Amino acid sequence: MNNRRRKLLKGSSGAAVMALAASAGLFRPGSAWAQAWNKAAFEAKTFNDLLKSMGAGASSESKDVVINSPDIAENGAVVPFTISSRLAKTEAMALLVEKNPNVLVGSYAIPGGTEANVTMRAKMGQTSNVIALVKADGKYYHAIKEVKVTIGGCGG
Amino acid sequence: MADPMRIRATMAGDKVEVRVLMSHEMETGQRKDAKGNLVPAHYIQNVTATHNGKVVLTAEWGPAISKNPFLSFKFGGGKAGEKVVVTWTDNKGDKRTDEATIS
Repeated sequence: MNNRRRKLLKGSSGAAVMALAASAGLFRPGSAWAQAWNKAAFEAKTFNDLLKSMGAGASSESKDVVINSPDIAENGAVVPFTISSRLAKTEAMALLVEKNPNVLVGSYAIPGGTEANVTMRAKMGQTSNVIALVKADGKYYHAIKEVKVTIGGCGG
Repeated sequence: MADPMRIRATMAGDKVEVRVLMSHEMETGQRKDAKGNLVPAHYIQNVTATHNGKVVLTAEWGPAISKNPFLSFKFGGGKAGEKVVVTWTDNKGDKRTDEATIS
C-alpha cells in the first residue's frame, strides 16, 4: 500500500515536470511575441530567394508599382523611400535593396481602407537596384529602380 | 524603456495621414566597435498601427531600416478627435506604445 503511494507520487511529480517543460517550450522568448516575423524572408540574400521565402512563385514587373526616392543618395544611412501601388486589392508591399547583406528592408500588410502608399527611410551599403514588391489579388508585381549612393550606410 | 514616439495624425481630404518618428538605434549586427567586436543586432521587428481597435497597418522590419525610423501612411475612415495607436516590438522583446489624436 505504502509502496504504491510512493509510486503514484513519483509519477505525478514526473508529469508535473513534463507539463512545466512543455509550457516553457511553448513560451520561449522568441515566440512569446504574438506577431509574426518572417525570419526566412529577412535572411534572403537575393530577390529570388525572397520570393521563395514568401511563398511566391514569380513576380512580374508592373508600371503600377512606383518607387519614389532620390536617384542619388548622398548618405546611404538614411535614404527616404516611398513605395506605392495603383493595383486593385493590394494586400502587401515590401522594399528590397539588392546589394544589402540581406535584401529585404521591410514589408507591410495593407488592410482594406489603407492606401497602398508607405514612406520609410532605409540604409543602403552601396549603389544598388531597389525593388518594390507588391502583392495584389494573390499575385506578385514589382518595380526596379537604381539608386546611387555616394557614402555607404553600413559598416562603421 | 525606449523614448516616446512622435506621432502626427492629420486629416488630408477624407483620409488620415499618419507620420511616426520612432526613437531606436536600429543596430544592424554587421558593425564592429572600436575593439573589433561585432555590435549585436538590435532593431525593431514589428510595427502595428490601429485606429478604433482596427488595424490600419502592420509592418515587419529588418535591420536595414534607418536609425530612428520614420514611417508614414494614409488610411480612410478616420475623423478628427479620434485616436491612432502605434506599437513597436524589437528583436530583444522591448515594446513601446504611443498614441496621437487626429487633427
